[in-house]
Amino acid sequence: MSAFVSLLKRDMRLAIRVGGGALMGAFFFLIVVVMMPFAVGPDLGLLSRLGPAILWIGALLASLLALDRLFATDHEDGSLDLLMMGDMPLELVVAAKAVAHWLTTGLPLVLITPLLALMLNVEPKALGPLMLTLVVGTPALTFIGLVGAALSVALRRGGLLLAVLVLPLTVPVLIFGVAAANTAIIGPTPFGPPFTILCGLSLMSLVIGPVAAAAALRHGLE
Amino acid sequence: MQLIGDNLRCVRGGREVFADLNFRVASGEAMVVTGRNGAGKSSLLRVIAGLVHLTGGQLSLDGGIPEASVAEQAHYLGHQDALKPSLSVAENLQFWAEFLRIEGSIEIIPALQAVDLQPLADLPAAYLSAGQRRRLSIARLVAIKRPIWLLDEPTSALDVASQGRLAKLMRAHIAGGGMIIAATHGPIGLDNPRELQMGPQ
Repeated sequence: MSAFVSLLKRDMRLAIRVGGGALMGAFFFLIVVVMMPFAVGPDLGLLSRLGPAILWIGALLASLLALDRLFATDHEDGSLDLLMMGDMPLELVVAAKAVAHWLTTGLPLVLITPLLALMLNVEPKALGPLMLTLVVGTPALTFIGLVGAALSVALRRGGLLLAVLVLPLTVPVLIFGVAAANTAIIGPTPFGPPFTILCGLSLMSLVIGPVAAAAALRHGLE
Repeated sequence: MQLIGDNLRCVRGGREVFADLNFRVASGEAMVVTGRNGAGKSSLLRVIAGLVHLTGGQLSLDGGIPEASVAEQAHYLGHQDALKPSLSVAENLQFWAEFLRIEGSIEIIPALQAVDLQPLADLPAAYLSAGQRRRLSIARLVAIKRPIWLLDEPTSALDVASQGRLAKLMRAHIAGGGMIIAATHGPIGLDNPRELQMGPQ
């Protein structure tokens, strides 16, 4: 367990130091959401209806932004070799890196959501449910993206391939995330069912993501 | 403890790198792997470290910790230094020591002293020279005890004094019952190592 914690700490430390890009995701999120009213126009009713969808798309793109470097940097400097030689299973190594990525990229997204929701005229009473869907949903995005990051580890320009591989897989998360957030705004369906399915998707990706990513890394050994 | 390679065969990228390779190294012994560029020296070390699939043959370790794999009991010093530029010298070493430890304590300061990097402990690794980076990787072998050392051109980028210090560390490791397999093009300061010639003479 101490190896898990020290890897988690190292990755978080790397993310918040120079060139780590921890807040890049949050800034990207901010700029995407700020641009949206300019594109949609000053129709407050329309904005508030689109609000959850815009926030979710922004969060999705922002959390994929830094993901392509998740294994690539470790691969380039030889760290990945040593990470494979520890006694901790590769699945846990991969999970530790994903948790660190979520804490430095996904969590800041959730935390700035209230500010952005104001810009999109999202009602205050919908803010709670919206943030709850993002808290539950963004780990799923990270752990699904993990598989793509592991598959594209040895490619110099893996970022685009990652997006193409991963975005289709995030569709269910997106559907139920936005659906759950919308129930709080538009109604009349209850919040429970879509939110529960979102939780289920998230839990599923927490299990499948590390196993698939570790298998992809092992397969790429050569 | 004894590391035995029996009839090893390795294929990378569709090309056979080596085949019918046999060797045997016991504790307290060193083996120097020589051969031309592309003869498969680095591939052999990566195979032993579990980083490249073995295509055929058997690699086994007699003795040692039975539930741990060969890779978990080996240190691999490759061409890349596995250092993060934004972490300090001490942080880099501390992380690898914590991550690679199976049992026993972590000794960061003595390890840094052994490679003469202690004065630079708080400097970010980004500012190290190639030789200093190499020495920091070598400090990893000292900080955490693992019986098998796999060294790929360990003396590259090292100055004469550092080569001497590395030779001293290697001799101490051997004397303590450790095992060294080193790929090299020249003498690295080991006394009477076994030799494994790879590829054509």
